[in-house]
Amino acid sequence: MSAATTRDAHDDAHHDDHHHHGPEPGVMRWVYTTNHKDIGTLYLVFSFLMLLLGGLLALGIRTELWSPGLQFVEPDFFNQLTTMHALIMVFGAIMPATVGFANWMVPLMIGAPDMALPRLNNWSFWLLPFAFALLISTFFMEGGAPAAGWTLYAPLVLQGGANLPFAIFAIHLMGIASVMGAINIIVTILNMRAPGMTLLKMPLFIWTWLITAFLLVAAMPVFAGAVTMLLTDKFFGTSFFDAAGGGDPVLFQHIFWFFGHPEVYIMILPSFGIVSQVIPTFARKPLFGYESMVYATASIAFLSFIVWAHHMFTVGMPLAGELFFMYTTMLIAVPTGVKVFNWVATMWRGSMTFETPMLYAIAFVILFTLGGFSGLMLAIVPSDFQYHDTYFVVAHFHYVLVTGSLFGIFAGVYYWLPKWTGNMYDERLGKWHFWLSTIFVNILFFPQHFLGLAGMPRRVPDYAVQFADWNMVSSIGGFGFGLSQLLFAWIVLQCCRGGKQATAEVWDGSDGLEWTVPSPAPYHTFETPPAVR
Amino acid sequence: MAEAQYYVPHGTRWPIMGSIGLTALVGGFAALLNGASVASLVMVLGFVILVAMMFLWFGQVVRESESRIYNDQVDRSFRWGMGWFIFSEVCFFGAFFGALFYARVYSVPWLGGEGTGVATNLFLWPSFDSVWPTNGPAALGGAYQVMGAWGIPALNTIILLSSGGTVTWAHWGIIKDNRPQFVWGLLLTVVLGFLFVGLQAYEYYEAYAHLNLKLSTGIYGSTFFMLTGFHGAHVTIGAIMLTVVMLRGMRGHFDSKNHFAFEAAAWYWHFVDVVWLGLFIFVYWL
Repeated sequence: MSAATTRDAHDDAHHDDHHHHGPEPGVMRWVYTTNHKDIGTLYLVFSFLMLLLGGLLALGIRTELWSPGLQFVEPDFFNQLTTMHALIMVFGAIMPATVGFANWMVPLMIGAPDMALPRLNNWSFWLLPFAFALLISTFFMEGGAPAAGWTLYAPLVLQGGANLPFAIFAIHLMGIASVMGAINIIVTILNMRAPGMTLLKMPLFIWTWLITAFLLVAAMPVFAGAVTMLLTDKFFGTSFFDAAGGGDPVLFQHIFWFFGHPEVYIMILPSFGIVSQVIPTFARKPLFGYESMVYATASIAFLSFIVWAHHMFTVGMPLAGELFFMYTTMLIAVPTGVKVFNWVATMWRGSMTFETPMLYAIAFVILFTLGGFSGLMLAIVPSDFQYHDTYFVVAHFHYVLVTGSLFGIFAGVYYWLPKWTGNMYDERLGKWHFWLSTIFVNILFFPQHFLGLAGMPRRVPDYAVQFADWNMVSSIGGFGFGLSQLLFAWIVLQCCRGGKQATAEVWDGSDGLEWTVPSPAPYHTFETPPAVR
Repeated sequence: MAEAQYYVPHGTRWPIMGSIGLTALVGGFAALLNGASVASLVMVLGFVILVAMMFLWFGQVVRESESRIYNDQVDRSFRWGMGWFIFSEVCFFGAFFGALFYARVYSVPWLGGEGTGVATNLFLWPSFDSVWPTNGPAALGGAYQVMGAWGIPALNTIILLSSGGTVTWAHWGIIKDNRPQFVWGLLLTVVLGFLFVGLQAYEYYEAYAHLNLKLSTGIYGSTFFMLTGFHGAHVTIGAIMLTVVMLRGMRGHFDSKNHFAFEAAAWYWHFVDVVWLGLFIFVYWL
């Protein structure tokens, strides 16, 4: 035991305990914890609960859209469903899940004893349940939850009920949590790497998170500013988004999407990182073009700040603006293409095996690319005039967010679960989960391309009868995909409770510091920094 | 100190306390905005909890720092952390400066009939001429007078720039272990800081009482008060930070090697200083 390597101290007892602490007993362990693994687990569990809640709202949407006409819900409640589904999935499911990965894996992969700012780390998580309590409470208020879409466009959003200030402050809390978490991740990566781990020796997951964290710190405060302006426009008489006072509703869209576009890369880059760890392991080859991967990620991050108005081509912009944003948007395909090429080239002539993480990673590469292609179609201004606000857009961003971000997260869970729990998950059930998810998710979202191209608008509870068949198919896919996730919950629970003992390396082709510690990873790791060649 | 030891605290109670306080604060405020006046009690309670939490949390960090259990690596974490925090604040102000530039360069000229917004001008407000400052084609808030740049704002510029000098003088003091210079430098800085805030408050009073310039005076009033208001709040926070550092300095904290709390507050102070220059140029002057 190396008693002197890490110093611990109780908050209340101001002495240094020169012995190792395990987790504190009882439930308060989770409330007071400063341990990156505990906090990572909290993030992951919280995000899964939010995934189920957001999924439930999505099933409400798909139920209403099962057939034309109004069946189950009022139109206004339908709008609440779409708005809250998006807010919960974006800020409650995908983002916290990726932060959970960062918490668990960044210290393990760079050989650090913990996150750089452990108390702040606790707060980054523990703001989230409060933020979502505020947000979800709006369902029970007069006028219900926000119903203007997750993009909160003024002036529509200002015409809602009592929910607006609660939703805005919930967003403020989430933003504070994200920025604190992101600062912590940046500081950890820049300051806590084991001796010898130069920047260009970092695993790609670390690189993608470093860049994601930068995007968070730069973009979230802008969003905070935008919703603050909504608040003052509604309650304090300002006219940022009111043309009568010299403002402009379009201004809100500009500020929102200046945040919103980096936000979509905040959701996808960590999954890029996960997939870039998984594919080399199961192809038993080092990642092809590591440095170009790093530069491609950085280019994507840079470009994400100068493409925002492609979300608003139809709003009425000067022609020069339309052209600028069209070309910058299409430019993103270049670094993204580099990435896809490198993933495929990593697999080329590898000794591949197809365990569940690899299956998810391969599905990610194929289906994310599909979502990227529809994104390119949307980037072209004259085409976008046709596609705008149709189900084609819905299909596009669900391909990149569900079969992109979420599939990357699934790949990561299966990949690192043995390291977290010390047990192997049930491979057979994992494959079932993969195939059920992959088949149903395509039944769910692929027909939405057809619906959109045929002209079905998004965010509507009712539709013309010619859209009936594909909507029913899509709903079947929705229910199948939703139910498949119960299997995922079962697999993870079962793996936590027991199963085949995992080795430290876990996988045949595993490479990196996280595989040098035992499985399950002890409560404290790398108290003495490892040497990196 | 041994380089290998990175201080990892074991458990903390302050974050959950902060979450409860912050949620009560904003939840109470939200309910208050919806007209539930009792909610102001919840809001005040939340604020008290939040302030108490900061005292306890920072107090613990101060004690840990003074007992020298932080090594150089911990110090670097704090430096990086503060730097990125200030960067996030820059981005927050960026949203409001963005709104100001957008209004001045695009939305107001468009309302006046330039460029792509010509139809709005033709059909809704044909008599509107685009000028800056403006309270819009509907003249929201009624006739008003513009806040000039060369009275209080120019004085405030001199005050804030001077305070940037005095804080550097304080820094030179602590580097030479000259504690009186350090404390006097900080005292001067804090006095200048609060003088700035006082003058800003007086300017607001003038605006409301005599110029009919209000938050509701169209886009000019909106950008004017939101930008200067958030800036004033940040000056206040920075002055409080420097006050705490000064009180710590009077108690014998800090020496020539170990004074990052001071540097963090000084960085923050220079940041609000630079934001003010942007405000002076684009809100008051041009």
